[in-house]
Amino acid sequence: MNFKLIKVLFVGAALIVSASLYATEVTVFAAASLTDSLKEIAAAYQKESGDKIIFNFAASSTLARQIEEGGPADIFFSADEAQMNRLEKKGLIDPATRKSRLGNSLVVVVPGDSTLQIKSASDLTNAGIQQIALADPRAVPAGVYAKGWLTRQQLWPAVEPKVVPTENVRAALAAVASGNVELGVVYKTDAAISKNVKVAYEVPRADAPDISYPMALVKGSPQPEAAKKFLDYLSSEEAGQVFTRFGFLLRE
Amino acid sequence: MTAEEWQIVWFTAWVSALSTVIILPFGLALAWVLARRDWPGKSIVETFVTLPLVMPPVATGLILLKLFGRRGALGGFLHDQLHLDVIFTWRAVLLALSVMSMPLLVRAARVAFEEVNPRLEQIARTLGAGGLRVFFTVTLPLAARGVIGGMLLAFARALGEFGATIMVAGNIPGKTSTLSLAIFENVQLGDDPRAFRLLGVSVILAFTAVWCSEFFLRRKKP
Repeated sequence: MNFKLIKVLFVGAALIVSASLYATEVTVFAAASLTDSLKEIAAAYQKESGDKIIFNFAASSTLARQIEEGGPADIFFSADEAQMNRLEKKGLIDPATRKSRLGNSLVVVVPGDSTLQIKSASDLTNAGIQQIALADPRAVPAGVYAKGWLTRQQLWPAVEPKVVPTENVRAALAAVASGNVELGVVYKTDAAISKNVKVAYEVPRADAPDISYPMALVKGSPQPEAAKKFLDYLSSEEAGQVFTRFGFLLRE
Repeated sequence: MTAEEWQIVWFTAWVSALSTVIILPFGLALAWVLARRDWPGKSIVETFVTLPLVMPPVATGLILLKLFGRRGALGGFLHDQLHLDVIFTWRAVLLALSVMSMPLLVRAARVAFEEVNPRLEQIARTLGAGGLRVFFTVTLPLAARGVIGGMLLAFARALGEFGATIMVAGNIPGKTSTLSLAIFENVQLGDDPRAFRLLGVSVILAFTAVWCSEFFLRRKKP
């Protein structure tokens, strides 16, 4: 390679690195079910504020674990209160900034071309249904909620052997969309973004545990000022409109 | 170690051993052809055989998922005709382990076959032995060390397989959960003591398999 080219490349790389040092980056660890809505909100926010929002989407239980291990998060946006409580107990979030922002509900989804009819929760125990995709019911919020719902209906022991636990709720949705399982239980908001699944049954909100999405500033956040600003923006009306459009319920 | 943990260990060891046995006839045939025959485009076949060794395991897993899913070319046939599901069952674990460990067996067996002096095979032929008889009474016994070493390596690789397995088999407790999947899962759940116990078992298993394979693959001193 000729020397001039190396020089150009080097200067170019240095410019890119220095430019990225000046832009403020806010890192948000958020539940997988928030993927689409938060991306849209962040795109609008970035235009307005100039701050860059970086996401790490995964199961809230995975994210809480990553934050415990020192993951570089500014904001944690969980799909259940349990994971947030876990971090609050360990003093890893700022309780003053904690806020339960969103609500959601559960639906039973089937592949788009499926002829399965689900009239009630007890239909999940039908012999024709062999595999049911759920976010891992031992830890991942969507699965924990689904297990809570089925436990209240006294159906969990019958359903449990059919469960295919997935890493997060979106993986359960994907398993249904691919047609590799007969059905899955996901959030209503997830079902709405996939063209390859249809809702076979809407779980009445009274039958299932209360689904609540809290958010908070992470202690030791590298960018507390900018993070606080984005957290406020998430509470704003503009952000609320986007969440509503994706099917979330607003709480505070 | 709880009963559930032992189940994971036994399932992993058993399905790894089964996959090694299943790939043995195919692997040996392929290794022999690669060692003894030449044809145009041989290098393409050689590359394909090695591919699962160097491709991201998750990518290999994705190919298998698309092929063997209920909507896939092979999976659709199995589901409709034989009412046999592969994805998210123990069969998917077997499939992933077989594909991922095959290259190690083929490579080791091929080297072993190449080291067998073709003159010995020719002599057996002049004495009237057929092709198969030559293979089983001359080639295979002379290459046995390399073949067994390759089998142990393939077995060890299968024990630790993660990427392809999680794609096609998921991580279903008591059904498709293998050592690697269980370790990953328990770390995610925050159950470190359990992850460490399973880690200990996998170290012992892997060490034993590799140590034995080293013994077989080591060249005899002249």
